[in-house]
Amino acid sequence: MKDRIRVLIAKPGLDGHDRGAKVVAKALRDAGMEVIYTGLRQTPEQIVKTAIQEDVDLIGLSILSGAHMNICSKLLKLMKENGIENIPVFVGGIIPPDDAEELKKMGIKEVFGPGTPLSVIVEKIKQLFSEVGS
Amino acid sequence: MKDLLEKMKNGDIKSLAKLISYLENNPEDRFVDELPSKGAKVIGFTGSPGAGKSSLVNAVISELRKEGFKVGVIAIDPTSPFTGGAFLGDRIRMKSHFLDDSVFIRSMGSGSSLGGLNESIFDVIKLMDAFGFDYILIETVGAGQSEVDIVYVSDIVVLVLSPGTGDEIQFLKSGIMEIGDIYVINKSDLEGADYYKSRLESILSLSDIRKPIIKTVATTGKGVKELVFEIKQLLDKFQKNGEIKKRLERRIKKHAESILVRKIQKSMEEINETENLSKLINMVIDNICKNK
Ligand SMILES: Nc1nc2c(ncn2[C@@H]2O[C@H](COP(=O)(O)OP(=O)(O)OP(=O)(O)O)[C@@H](O)[C@H]2O)c(=O)[nH]1
Ligand SMILES: [Mg+2]
Repeated sequence: MKDRIRVLIAKPGLDGHDRGAKVVAKALRDAGMEVIYTGLRQTPEQIVKTAIQEDVDLIGLSILSGAHMNICSKLLKLMKENGIENIPVFVGGIIPPDDAEELKKMGIKEVFGPGTPLSVIVEKIKQLFSEVGS
Repeated sequence: MKDLLEKMKNGDIKSLAKLISYLENNPEDRFVDELPSKGAKVIGFTGSPGAGKSSLVNAVISELRKEGFKVGVIAIDPTSPFTGGAFLGDRIRMKSHFLDDSVFIRSMGSGSSLGGLNESIFDVIKLMDAFGFDYILIETVGAGQSEVDIVYVSDIVVLVLSPGTGDEIQFLKSGIMEIGDIYVINKSDLEGADYYKSRLESILSLSDIRKPIIKTVATTGKGVKELVFEIKQLLDKFQKNGEIKKRLERRIKKHAESILVRKIQKSMEEINETENLSKLINMVIDNICKNK
């Protein structure tokens, strides 16, 4: 019945580099997914509203600014308040291993460091999707 | 599903969003046919890639919001025919409305249907109408033939052009020129806008088309008030002269056609007859009559 995966790729934080986010977005598209791309400087509030309106199955964040802890905890809290905490969130960017552990404890489902092969990202995301079993 | 519908009727955005997905995945379920129309005005925006359709939709939303209208947007980008995937990026230009609860933006892939518009768009419009938006703005993909289908879903079509592209000749060839009810020359801050306008006027006079031409700068909002005024005027005129009704009837027929075509395609896939053409056709008709 539902085979199409909808993914929101957002770029929170103040840094202006969205190349990585676009590369991942294109890879997901080429893997047959619908990628909603919202560009730079998204606040957690904007991400949550977009995720609701677009009824996405997954949310991916690209964070290079170093503010990942703050952004992710805010986002997860807002998602809960809005009753969409069931949507898996994954993060890509420059994230130290210790922080990655923390993020996962917090509820982030996957953390992709720089240089993660795109094929790995695609597979993980498909897996995450099948786990929530929409 | 019933539950979602109840909640949607009470104004719940999340339920509306979920129902749209449901419609996209279950085109056979015709529950939307039972929903009453609340008279939303449907405005289509089409034009070549990069002409500024999303930016213009963004600016039009701002204008409509000033007047307190509730606005729904359907933004369509191409679905890859090879992978079925899509990069839906129109939203990037509409950020200023993300936090406004009276604005609902939904991105859609163009899907695999021949006409380029996602087939479920007919149902999604009905749903958004029933939800209670005053205006539904639709942005089409910016390439090829598909623009033509926008006339089947809209009350009014705005054709977005931009100077220096030489599109008007292409449009003239493909018949896209005819589908616009209002022409917008966007990016009129760029050089050549006036020259472009006079060329457009002379091309249009060749075919005796008399339609409003409006210059805009979507990124600053210049000319957008005039555009919205023109849209309303035309809606009013079309309401009075019966054009809206005519277009609605055309929409219903096209919708029925798209459902029937899908049924035929599905039935064809199930039949293994390739020897005799008339036999194949009769089998398909039989199957459909049995409502399989
Ligand atoms: N100078 C100028 N640039 C504009 C104007 N309107 C849009 N743009 C720019 O043109 C580019 C394309 O704008 P979009 O609104 O994305 O165009 P589009 O027609 O929606 O593009 P597709 O959906 O990809 O076909 C962006 O970089 C805009 O900032 C305008 O009035 N003047
Ligand atoms: Mg666009």
